[in-house]
Amino acid sequence: MGKKVALMGNTATAHAIRQINPDVIAAYPITPSSDIPMAVASFIADGLMDTELVTVESEHSAMSACVGASAAGGRVMTITAAQGLALMSEIVYIASSLRLPIVTIIAARALSSPLNIHGDHSDVMEVRDAGWIQLFCEDSQEIYDSTIQAIKISENKNVLTPVMVIMDGFNTSHSVEIWEMEEDKRVKEFIGEYTPKYPLLDVSRKITYGAWAPPAEYSEHKVSQLHGLLQSPSMVKKVGEDFGKAFGRNYGIFEAYKLDDADYAIVIMGSAAGTAKDVVDALRENGVKAGLLKMRMFRPFPADEVKEALGNVKVVATLDRVISAGAYGSPLFNEIRSALYDVPQRPIVIDYIYGLGGRDTQPKHFKAVYENLKKIAKTGKVGKILDFINIRGKWEE
Amino acid sequence: MKIGEKAKWDELLTGGVIEDPGNSVNYKTGSWGIEKPIWNKDACINCMFCWVYCPDSAIKVDKDGNMAGIDCDFCKGCGLCVKECPKPNALAMVLKADIEKKGMDVVFKETFGGK
Ligand code: SF4
Ligand code: SF4
Repeated sequence: MGKKVALMGNTATAHAIRQINPDVIAAYPITPSSDIPMAVASFIADGLMDTELVTVESEHSAMSACVGASAAGGRVMTITAAQGLALMSEIVYIASSLRLPIVTIIAARALSSPLNIHGDHSDVMEVRDAGWIQLFCEDSQEIYDSTIQAIKISENKNVLTPVMVIMDGFNTSHSVEIWEMEEDKRVKEFIGEYTPKYPLLDVSRKITYGAWAPPAEYSEHKVSQLHGLLQSPSMVKKVGEDFGKAFGRNYGIFEAYKLDDADYAIVIMGSAAGTAKDVVDALRENGVKAGLLKMRMFRPFPADEVKEALGNVKVVATLDRVISAGAYGSPLFNEIRSALYDVPQRPIVIDYIYGLGGRDTQPKHFKAVYENLKKIAKTGKVGKILDFINIRGKWEE
Repeated sequence: MKIGEKAKWDELLTGGVIEDPGNSVNYKTGSWGIEKPIWNKDACINCMFCWVYCPDSAIKVDKDGNMAGIDCDFCKGCGLCVKECPKPNALAMVLKADIEKKGMDVVFKETFGGK
């Protein structure tokens, strides 16, 4: 049996990492994720872990060291956020194209400028096409559970793709919540031993990583990489189910909340899903057929399952916590709307941007979104395709 | 996977890993350059500066450790060896097209003079 504890999201993650006890962590501290490497350093000093913690001088070096350690054959993790992830991003692409199963924890945070240390999804969305699996978590329990699951997903022989396990900076990383910590032994049993496919340290079998591929070779390498990434959804599902069997908490690629008969739905990722679910409950009590789709796996994007889940909804609002500057709508909107294009009676889809740089998003804001969806369904008039939640001034573009 | 064998995407090893390291010797880069160095053995003092500086290990060395010419399979024509050579008349860059047009003997004479 696990034990109930009241600790921050960052501490929950640190405990998952302690139980995983990876061979190597190379990390550089950055708000709001700094507590994690700090806690890991304490665990190591206290003799609770024997991970090699490489304290590098930048995030670029952190991911570079992770690439080296993972190619050598180690189980490797890192932790970052915001500018740190941006600085890492060159190597983020290299990790996925070398198919190195590095699990990276991100306390998602706004990007400068203006300088802001609070939560939004600008950092993780910047690298959404880098070839990593991206799992968004709602609360401390989910970040703890997903960190453990990510090890199994990424190390699967067919997948061998790195995973970003993402929580919302401050909303989750610094909130004290009650969650269940499993026994060390049972977590270790669940993840099992790691047997690398091509370890550089195995000198009996000489191999080269990161060779050069001229125009006559490069395309095939990228297709091969994509194929690996696309093997992951079935593993995300399987590991989520196995986790449920072992610890009683099931996970899928998304959570469909009161969606079966819903006319109006919000699609959202991360901590705000919790607030929005409360609003759904309140609306349901008043007979409003409201529902919610909480995306857990954003990359690879599960288009077929999304079609199934949202196909019968009348009006959908995607809630993005990032501006995809100059794009026709934000990342979630683009994916959802594009997936639903194939549905014969496709729902109307509109886009809202919320919570930038830690801006508070409250039940009343979600209520207003559902009100608008109801109005659109009733009148058939869409109005604005894109709007902002809780900003000063009117958005008229 | 050997150089020159065109693999389909599903024949590649995970992560583009290569199982026969050192295979870059099969990848001839000598055709890249427009110019190449020519060597005047009589003026050469075997200081081996050219060997030290050549980024492509394209300076040949004989069994006594002396300069033995240019390996045209791998020389990319960067000109570093010529820049570093202390003897004005031992090493020079020439256009490959000139050698093709006029022949090596003529180009050699035009470059180093004399014989
Ligand atoms: S030109 Fe450059 S590559 Fe060719 S032999 Fe000289 S130094 Fe080496
Ligand atoms: S640098 Fe010039 S002199 Fe020295 S070994 Fe090379 S060609 Fe001869």
